[in-house]
Amino acid sequence: MDLQTTIYLVVGASFALYLGIAFWARAGSVSEFYVAGGGVHPITNGMATAADWMSAASFISMAGLISNMGYGGSVFLMGWTGGYVLLAMLLAPYLRKFGKFTVPQFIGDRFYSKTASTVAVVCLLTASTTYIIGQMTGVGVAFSRFLNVDSSTGIYIGQAIVFFYAVFGGMKGITYTQVAQYIVLIFAYIIPAIFISLNLTGNFLPQLGLGSDLQGDSMPLLARLDQVVTDLGFKEYTTNSAGSMLNMFFYTVSLMIGTAGLPHVIVRFFTVPKVADARASAGWALVFIALLYTTAPAVGAMAKLNLHATVNTAVKSGGDLYAAESSLLNEQRPEWMKRWEKTGLLKWADQNGDGRIQYYSDSGLAEAKAALAKATKEGGDVAKAQAAVDAAQKKHDEAKAGKFAGAGWKGNELTVNPDIMVMANPEIANLPNWVIALVAAGGIAAALSTAAGLLMAISSAVSHDLIKNVFNPNISEKGELLAGKIAMAVAIVISGWLGLNPPGFAAGTVALAFGIAASSLFPAIMMGIFSKTMSDKGAIAGMLSGLFVTLFYVFAHKGLFFIKGTDFVGMVGGVNGWFGITPEAIGTLGAIVNFAVAYLVNKMTAPAPKHIQELVESIRVPKGAGAATGH
Amino acid sequence: MATASENNAKAYWSATLGLLAKILVIWFLVSYGAGILFADMLNGIKLGGYPLGFWFAQQGSIYVFIALIFYYAHAMGKLDRKFGVQED
Repeated sequence: MDLQTTIYLVVGASFALYLGIAFWARAGSVSEFYVAGGGVHPITNGMATAADWMSAASFISMAGLISNMGYGGSVFLMGWTGGYVLLAMLLAPYLRKFGKFTVPQFIGDRFYSKTASTVAVVCLLTASTTYIIGQMTGVGVAFSRFLNVDSSTGIYIGQAIVFFYAVFGGMKGITYTQVAQYIVLIFAYIIPAIFISLNLTGNFLPQLGLGSDLQGDSMPLLARLDQVVTDLGFKEYTTNSAGSMLNMFFYTVSLMIGTAGLPHVIVRFFTVPKVADARASAGWALVFIALLYTTAPAVGAMAKLNLHATVNTAVKSGGDLYAAESSLLNEQRPEWMKRWEKTGLLKWADQNGDGRIQYYSDSGLAEAKAALAKATKEGGDVAKAQAAVDAAQKKHDEAKAGKFAGAGWKGNELTVNPDIMVMANPEIANLPNWVIALVAAGGIAAALSTAAGLLMAISSAVSHDLIKNVFNPNISEKGELLAGKIAMAVAIVISGWLGLNPPGFAAGTVALAFGIAASSLFPAIMMGIFSKTMSDKGAIAGMLSGLFVTLFYVFAHKGLFFIKGTDFVGMVGGVNGWFGITPEAIGTLGAIVNFAVAYLVNKMTAPAPKHIQELVESIRVPKGAGAATGH
Repeated sequence: MATASENNAKAYWSATLGLLAKILVIWFLVSYGAGILFADMLNGIKLGGYPLGFWFAQQGSIYVFIALIFYYAHAMGKLDRKFGVQED
């Protein structure tokens, strides 16, 4: 059976499974639609949380970014797992004891203010929508490869499926569907990793394989990889940091506290029967997440090595990387490269006209040349572009003691979008067709499950927290459900549209969403539990200022509301102008501002009234936790 | 004057905070400490083919996080019973 047919079959079968479960468990009442009746076992809940959590960003994009960033990619690994420790200890058990459905509900009640709850809804919508933009980018990658179309068409199709899927599901359908999705996606991730690890190192556990010697080589895999990439002009894999140490720090903090502040994850902990279960549930979720997260660095490093080995035969043989015949002839390139060229996410441009593929770090020469060609053709600033080419040429020719220039290389010729690395990984490693098909199914499962979870959070925020609690308390159950579904549809359209021109790679965009949650919701929830006296005004001022600082910096880099061409990076002192912090890491600063402003405002205003202080005391002890209620 | 039950709740809360502080110190040391601040230094030590700092950043910290959560859940369960505030 040919590859494409196998892919259709496997993906089709997985879909039939999810839709079957969703249909079987169709949500009835409002309460079931949101939290699955409050009776889900911690292990089941942990698995569903893991599926909810591990989105297109984790599954499709993260290992590719690690592959690109090397050690710097650790921010994702630590950030997106370490947050669970905070979630388990600082938030989950207390929110469970509080016993309501949603994060804005908690904030509204704890800070005795509809304004506070409305602000929380705004924060939630901003974070969730940004998150879904990242998902849509991932959905585009998954569907474009799956259907052999370009990535924009992939996004349109993905949008339609996500819509159908989330709008007709509801949480109960989603909880059990997500268990199924977790199983599909974890197998899809781990099986190719095992194959590849066995192939390269003879060790079947990727976690150990990454620390082993290469087969037929006396060198550890990581040492060989370091050597190959530095020879090709890239930074050393195991030490290449994500910006300064301060930036690494901020980036990791932002992802960690963002994890703990993301509403679609928190809401999972309302669905366990007891406070004690909420604590353990976070642990189980992390176990299931860690299966993928400890495999990802192996996938990233091994895919990088395999990719270099594919286009340069000297990588495996240990010969001369710069010899003319070491570079792969474009005509002999493997089938998988041709397939991915169709999506537009992998491109080859022959710079030196030798018909061979040179893939290396060229000091920006190829990009400068492309900019010059564009300026010449479209009448831009040719002199400036020429100067940039000359500067890059000089650096290029001096790099590696002139070895690139000596080999007749004239710029990097291969651009690989890191988001394709995981999906292409089994093809790069020549694995059997069914493994490739399984990865396609896994990628789609990951994208769908998280998009669905986020859309639920958006839907409940709009219908329940905004319309029912603020604007129209008399809305019927039916009206509430309908409003929620309309909110989902709007979110899908907006995020799909922005996903066509995404602010970054899937995982990078998702990191922005975490920054937004980190700077707005996390501090407010935390202060709501750990300070008895924090007042409504303190919390509102904190959330607004944290959100403002973060969005200002992010929009300065990525454009106002992520619309291309509306960036104003000059206003923040240039790219990464604040202490060299990247926009993905700024959420930490936002959170600090949030805490500080809340503290100051709280000092100047009346503290929380007595009945609120008693409420805080009561959520601190597990005794007397009933079922979660919406009223 | 505070009642006995209020005192008990206070003692429970301060025991909880004590436990949190202990766990957060370890949480910080394995990720921000070993994985970032001291990564360069630790990279001089090898764990198989892994430089140690790199291993903490991409593997070790995650294993420790899992252990921390289960330890926390277990220790909190003990605290709940000690102070008689567990669920029925």
